[in-house]
Amino acid sequence: MNVASANPSKPRVAVHKFSSCDGCQLAFLNLGEDLLTLADRVDLVHFAEAGPLDPDTEVDVAFVEGSVYTPEDRERIQHIRRHSRLLIAIGACAVSGGIQALRNSADGGDWVAQIYAHPEAIDSLEHSTPIAQHVKVDFELWGCPVSGPQMLVVVNSLLLGVTPYDNADKVCTECKRRNLTCIMVSRGVACMGPVTRAGCGALCPSLGRDCYGCYGPAAHANTDALAARFTHQGLAPQAIMRRFQSINSQAPVFLAAADKLRKRND
Amino acid sequence: MTESLRSVSIHVPVLARVEGEGALDLRIDNGVIAELRLRIFEPPRFFEKFLEGHHYSEIPDMVARICGICPVAYQVTAAQALEKLFGVELDPWARAMRRVFYCGEWIQSHSLHIHLLAAPDFFGCSSAIELARIAPEEVRRGLRIQALGNELMDLFGARSVHPVGIRIGGFHAAPALSRIQAMRDKLRAALPEAEALVRWAARIQLPPDDQAFISVALRHPTDYAIEAGAIAASDGLLIEAESYDDHFAERHETHSTALFSTYHQQPYLVGPLARLNLNRDRLPEGIKALLAETGFTLPSRNIFHSLLARAVEILLALQEALRLLDHYTMPESPWVPVIPRAGVATGCTEAPRGLLWHRYEMDDDGRVVSARIVPPTSQNQGRIEEDLRLSLLNFGLDQPDEALRLHCEKVIRNYDPCISCATHFLRMRVERT
Repeated sequence: MNVASANPSKPRVAVHKFSSCDGCQLAFLNLGEDLLTLADRVDLVHFAEAGPLDPDTEVDVAFVEGSVYTPEDRERIQHIRRHSRLLIAIGACAVSGGIQALRNSADGGDWVAQIYAHPEAIDSLEHSTPIAQHVKVDFELWGCPVSGPQMLVVVNSLLLGVTPYDNADKVCTECKRRNLTCIMVSRGVACMGPVTRAGCGALCPSLGRDCYGCYGPAAHANTDALAARFTHQGLAPQAIMRRFQSINSQAPVFLAAADKLRKRND
Repeated sequence: MTESLRSVSIHVPVLARVEGEGALDLRIDNGVIAELRLRIFEPPRFFEKFLEGHHYSEIPDMVARICGICPVAYQVTAAQALEKLFGVELDPWARAMRRVFYCGEWIQSHSLHIHLLAAPDFFGCSSAIELARIAPEEVRRGLRIQALGNELMDLFGARSVHPVGIRIGGFHAAPALSRIQAMRDKLRAALPEAEALVRWAARIQLPPDDQAFISVALRHPTDYAIEAGAIAASDGLLIEAESYDDHFAERHETHSTALFSTYHQQPYLVGPLARLNLNRDRLPEGIKALLAETGFTLPSRNIFHSLLARAVEILLALQEALRLLDHYTMPESPWVPVIPRAGVATGCTEAPRGLLWHRYEMDDDGRVVSARIVPPTSQNQGRIEEDLRLSLLNFGLDQPDEALRLHCEKVIRNYDPCISCATHFLRMRVERT
């Protein structure tokens, strides 16, 4: 993944948005004065919220926020893929369908009718799906939201011609590094840290509360063992299921864990 | 992406610098506006539906995801509603810190809007990066203020996008005194910067505009309303959040996935200018004096004053945060225990973009039976269309298409519409016959 050598001048970068809350683009817009430094180092050719608009031009790197949720989205992601050397999916919506993918397991058509007086005018797909389900994705950055430092690591890696580091380890490792006492062991809090991907810096445990899995499943996540532990702690089966059915409900590991619990409850 | 239309068809690419996906259809027949529609086609994300069945403790983390720019507004409104239903009396510490936390979001969101989204228009620039070439100090100052807003949110929420600090009954944790002291120093140092921002914003040459509209905002007995208050309108209405449905209604228009709100069947304005119009007497004396000095008189009927109104509210939020952190002591506990009960929970706060109203029907176990959320942008939608009609007539329909488009974009950006979801394209179609 070397952008630097391919383009001796400034790499051309695009930021695209699909169905989302806008929060992952803020990893750029909230950089403070570093945003101007970034604009010096790369050529931001398309980033609608920041101003530059040129969705059709060839770019070295396209960052994609959001999930595919309309028929138009399906076309647009193909177009972006064709015009981008590297495509990087950022955030839970782009990598797992996001919180709106909770609709995937429900009767979405009915939902439209319950909210809108003219359901026929609402043009959305029945399922919210991640970018990689539609096109080849070169790198996925998990998190809801991804953070500024995470984004800068990716951008700097690409500028230096290095493949970005993909930390799929568990939140628990971040607690250890921060010297945080385990809230699950010491206080019996039903924490998702043992199965959740690192990257946030163990923010929730640092406030003494449960991790709720917003970075998605870690590699080698033992969801069975965690579910058993939650049961042992006295959580009802429904409550355990909801732990996996939240921000990243369609991430395969969490989806499988929830399905298993559902079958056991039935 | 040319769209074929019956007569003259012009595809003008894109309103950038708004949060969400919208389009504007404009048809002019014989020099008269025949059709003007702000179309929002963000795919709906059905938050109200998938909240059903979830436990009250999960609501703050879920509703935050409605908007990455104003998650605190959603979290605080939900918490306020549920705490009222559950009969929870917040600790004075938690009550004050909720306001400080919210101030952080106002500072962040307003500064982002002024510098990255709105101001470039008034200097003939297409982005803040371009604006930074001609006004580097001002843009850098703005980005610093925005960063400070984020830092203030971090302090209570560990991060500024989808913060994790709020719980029903207070906060999960209280920041240590040493961190508060460091924050106070930063807030104090930012005050002159924010004052300079207000003076700068007041000097920006604005298009003249004078429209009659109804302002709606929260009003508090003593404070400038942010996280608490009753709903007030400029025609004298003053009601509690519970009575919202008696005066306000939502309807679905086929050209938009955001519902349209009306107040007694009329469009109305929410947001910073509406707040200043209604609550100018609640501003601290120092800010009143500064406004007098800059010649900004309230109430204002010029929506272009929205940018200046945001600058004023940044200064106010910095002062409020500093005031409330001044005698900070660690609470005995950052939260009080909560016992859920069945019933209807209603809450209302001032999101950066305006009034935000939540209603939850809860069951005995503390789970959501049904939810309704009315965000500021759907409330402003009708007003934006009305404003566009009037200001286009003012501007002159015979102006070239490009000038019309730019003017429309400027008008729309005044409202800082947060249409979060899908792309950010304003495809403007102009048809002339």
